[in-house]
Amino acid sequence: MADEGATVLTAAQDAGIYIPALCHCPDVSSQGVCRLCLVRIEGRRRPEPACRTIIEEGMVVFTDDPEIERLRRVILELILSDHDFNCLLCPKSGQCRLQELVNRIGFDEHRFSRLEHTAKDLPIDTSNPFFDFNPNKCVQCTICVRTCHEIAGIDAIDMAYRSDNLRVSTFANKPLKDSVCVSCGECMERCPVGALIPKKFKHPTREVKTTCPYCGVGCGLYLGIRGNTIVRARGDDESPVNHGGLCVRGRFGYDFVNSPDRLSLPLMRAYDEYAQPSSVVEMNEEGRPITLPLVKREGKFVEITWDQAIRYVASSLAHYKGDEIAAISSARCTNEENYLFQKFTRVALETNNIDHCARL
Amino acid sequence: MKKSISIPSIKNYRIDSVESLRRLREILVAGEQTTGKFVNVCCGSGCISSGSEHVREAFVSGIKGHELEDEIKVKKTGCHGFCERGPIVVVGPKNIFYQHVTKEDVPEIISETLLEDRVVERLLYEDPVTGQKCLHENDIPFYRKQKRIVLKNCGLIDPTSIEDYIKVDGFQALAKILSHMTPEEVIGEIKLSGLRGRGGAGFPTGIKWETARNASGEEKYIICNGDEGDPGAFMDRSVMEGDPYSVIEGMMIAGYAVGASQGIIYVRAEYPLAVHHLSTAIAQVTDLGLLGRNIMESGFDFEIKIVKGAGAFVCGEETALIASIEGKSGRPKPKPPFPAIQGLWGKPTVINNVETMANVSRIILNGHEWYSGIGTPTDKGTKIFSLVGKVRNVGLVEVEMGTTLREIIFDIGGGIQGGKRFKAVQTGGPSGGCIPEELLDLPVGYESLAKAGSIMGSGGMLVMDEDTCVVNIARYFLDFARNESCGQCTPCRLGTKQMFKILQDITRGKGRPGDIEILLELSDAVKHGSICGLGMTVPNPVLSTIRYFRKEYEEHILEGRCRALVCRSLIFYRIKDYRCKACLKCLQACPVDAIIGAKWQVHEIDQSKCIKCGTCMQVCPPRFSAVECVTGLIEGSGDKSE
Ligand SMILES: Cc1cc2nc3c(=O)[nH]c(=O)nc-3n(C[C@H](O)[C@H](O)[C@H](O)COP(=O)(O)O)c2cc1C
Ligand code: SF4
Ligand code: SF4
Ligand code: SF4
Ligand code: FES
Repeated sequence: MADEGATVLTAAQDAGIYIPALCHCPDVSSQGVCRLCLVRIEGRRRPEPACRTIIEEGMVVFTDDPEIERLRRVILELILSDHDFNCLLCPKSGQCRLQELVNRIGFDEHRFSRLEHTAKDLPIDTSNPFFDFNPNKCVQCTICVRTCHEIAGIDAIDMAYRSDNLRVSTFANKPLKDSVCVSCGECMERCPVGALIPKKFKHPTREVKTTCPYCGVGCGLYLGIRGNTIVRARGDDESPVNHGGLCVRGRFGYDFVNSPDRLSLPLMRAYDEYAQPSSVVEMNEEGRPITLPLVKREGKFVEITWDQAIRYVASSLAHYKGDEIAAISSARCTNEENYLFQKFTRVALETNNIDHCARL
Repeated sequence: MKKSISIPSIKNYRIDSVESLRRLREILVAGEQTTGKFVNVCCGSGCISSGSEHVREAFVSGIKGHELEDEIKVKKTGCHGFCERGPIVVVGPKNIFYQHVTKEDVPEIISETLLEDRVVERLLYEDPVTGQKCLHENDIPFYRKQKRIVLKNCGLIDPTSIEDYIKVDGFQALAKILSHMTPEEVIGEIKLSGLRGRGGAGFPTGIKWETARNASGEEKYIICNGDEGDPGAFMDRSVMEGDPYSVIEGMMIAGYAVGASQGIIYVRAEYPLAVHHLSTAIAQVTDLGLLGRNIMESGFDFEIKIVKGAGAFVCGEETALIASIEGKSGRPKPKPPFPAIQGLWGKPTVINNVETMANVSRIILNGHEWYSGIGTPTDKGTKIFSLVGKVRNVGLVEVEMGTTLREIIFDIGGGIQGGKRFKAVQTGGPSGGCIPEELLDLPVGYESLAKAGSIMGSGGMLVMDEDTCVVNIARYFLDFARNESCGQCTPCRLGTKQMFKILQDITRGKGRPGDIEILLELSDAVKHGSICGLGMTVPNPVLSTIRYFRKEYEEHILEGRCRALVCRSLIFYRIKDYRCKACLKCLQACPVDAIIGAKWQVHEIDQSKCIKCGTCMQVCPPRFSAVECVTGLIEGSGDKSE
């Protein structure tokens, strides 16, 4: 029994019945523009889009009959005739909804060969540091636009122009970088084809469930790993915190983990009397360095141990009390850490001068 | 000579009750009766473009010259529908109908007709069939078979004079409902009248109002759709320009019936005169107290705003129009939800066409029995058509539903220009179908036209003669469709593009067997797979021409022939050597020097150079008629290879 208010499409999916759909995305409202999900409903004059038709008591739906099948095929052929389908070179290949549709509903090769296949040859927008937009692959499903409006709440993009010039565009058709886009990548995640594609794209071989280290919100995420390297991050749909959503940092900001420039030890300036250089770099079982503090000697930083660093900070703090001192905590700490820090400031340092970097 | 009583100024007059409206009307009518003579100059867009403003000025100054300005009133009126004969002037008291009047004719009309009561014969319309001169509008065959209900005030009243409107029963329907009828009764009356929307789809107006009335929500809106995007259509423009008050009154009645207090008229910005007349009218009606709060002490509030549309064809579609008013891009939305439930700003909204609105006051005033007595059992009332193309009398015609196409085209339209043969008529604007000669006796109505593969649409009627190539016509309309598609539905966006490409290939001699079948399959997908009425109807020109003129498609594709000699790639010009007198005329006129020959040497066309402009044929002296245009790809290319 399907839920009240469900669409024909979701009810069919729940019942294990396949209805092709391209512009449908469960996370955002349905627009019903691709017209691939058309079904025949008894008593209605015209085929209706399953993704927008609410089920009714006693409704009889035909998801497949020769006429519907032909309609779908013609529509699919039309989409293909307008698509740059060089799948071999497309990073989306294998996960592309269009490929899946071709496999599932097929097309009439003869008719398709008679359609004009025009290369659109539109410039690719590579201005965003994290993902590219290739309009030649876009199928105008508007999922990205609905995502930016409904999920990101940014409205950086919309459908612009008319007729077969219809395309996804920023305001005044500027490059994404110069628009109000915040690079959250939500649109890219949902693009069913290879039109919105991350710049660095490698398929992960396994995934690790974790929490985003960037801020106190603590979004759940899956890090996709290939070898020893993180190659992608995706939001954890199950996480009650973010329901699969991520911001630009969580989604794209994992490069630092494997960066050679990354600090692996605490650093300390050399003129400090507490600085005791440690030349030993401790290794863990996997042969990777255990991160240690560093100190700077004669203008240079030198590495010190965590114990040394903490001891130094503790003894420095011991000199000040009350209004002599103020504390600023970080948005990258968890709520618990921030809580502890303000407690420490108020109780141990005896001051209310506590603030947070996220105050703007 | 007795001086006329000057018409009382209605400045500062406020209508606050049914009684005060009646009194004002009486005063105005009494003022009228003593001024017998008048000059009505049509100042609709059509006549203005043929110079009627100058004609009017000439009348004003001429009459002043005779010091008769108090006795003879010069008035501008709205469109008579016979724009092709403009500028049109009607001279009273005998209502003599002068056509093609120039400012040079004005002194003669003044001295002859106005002063001496004599007719200026040469300015009368002459019936081309009988050769008879027509004195009055109704003597002209163009008007004889018309039934002007919606257009009754157009050409009669000054569209910027609310006094004129009140004199012809203006606002009486409003007074009637506010004093005697409940909103439910108004809706009942409209339902019984059988009025259906004139904007295209023909949805029963009463049911639409009832739905909006029953929809929950405090705020509701009335929108009047004056977008009129069909190329060649100008009925809504004429109504808005010529009788803006009827549109306003209709909207107010709708507002009362539905429970809305706000109205919006959406007019395309290309109609500046309509905007001007509507805004003047709204200001006047407001000043009189008929728009605003507590109208005629009934507790009913209503106000009207004008929104100008930027002119995309698809913005005439109701949901796209609403999006456009909301400041969004004009793209249709899937229905449901229908605007009557969730329209402008998400509130219940009735959206009706201009002509629909103009019908309303007539129905309320005369009763539903009167209205449903006009037309056929299924289609009530009248419909305005914009009769254009190869017909003799181009113009706006309002006919009773059920009038046959033959009556419209031949009796009213006067038949085909230049004695050519009728070939087809396209009804309903760019997405209408082409109806062939066999169906000329079809009575016009929503269902009858749909059955014939066309639509009523907003009332476009494009007449085509034997020189029209139907494949080329289909190509032309598909070109329009593919450019005007908002692009959101896949079949409409890409299907029309592919259909256009195939049609273009056929007209360029590159058609291939199987093209017709692919056109039919694509048409089917566009028709059944699209969201809005645009996609659902744009294949009509293709489907109907294939249905009725398939042979011509086949000739193009298989034989490379265009029998109408329109498709350039399929025709060529040649000079009949036995008729050519080597006069050098064509040789000198040819823009690309494609003609070989000399004095005393018969001319010949070099087909490889010829661009098929037809200049040679035009310049060849008729007594020689040596150039002919023939069709046939095989023959043409054969000629080229020689
Ligand atoms: C592509 C398209 C264009 C339309 N253009 C107009 C128009 O210019 N004027 C109009 O009144 N209705 C137009 N319509 C019809 C409107 O959507 C709507 O049905 C109509 O305004 C309702 O009024 P009615 O019930 O009085 O006919 C158009 C519809 C479509 C699909
Ligand atoms: S990255 Fe985020 S903000 Fe930018 S366009 Fe996509 S959804 Fe909108
Ligand atoms: S970019 Fe992707 S998500 Fe956006 S409209 Fe194109 S195909 Fe759809
Ligand atoms: S049918 Fe055409 S015009 Fe209408 S919504 Fe679809 S794409 Fe737009
Ligand atoms: S999935 Fe329903 S129209 Fe695209």
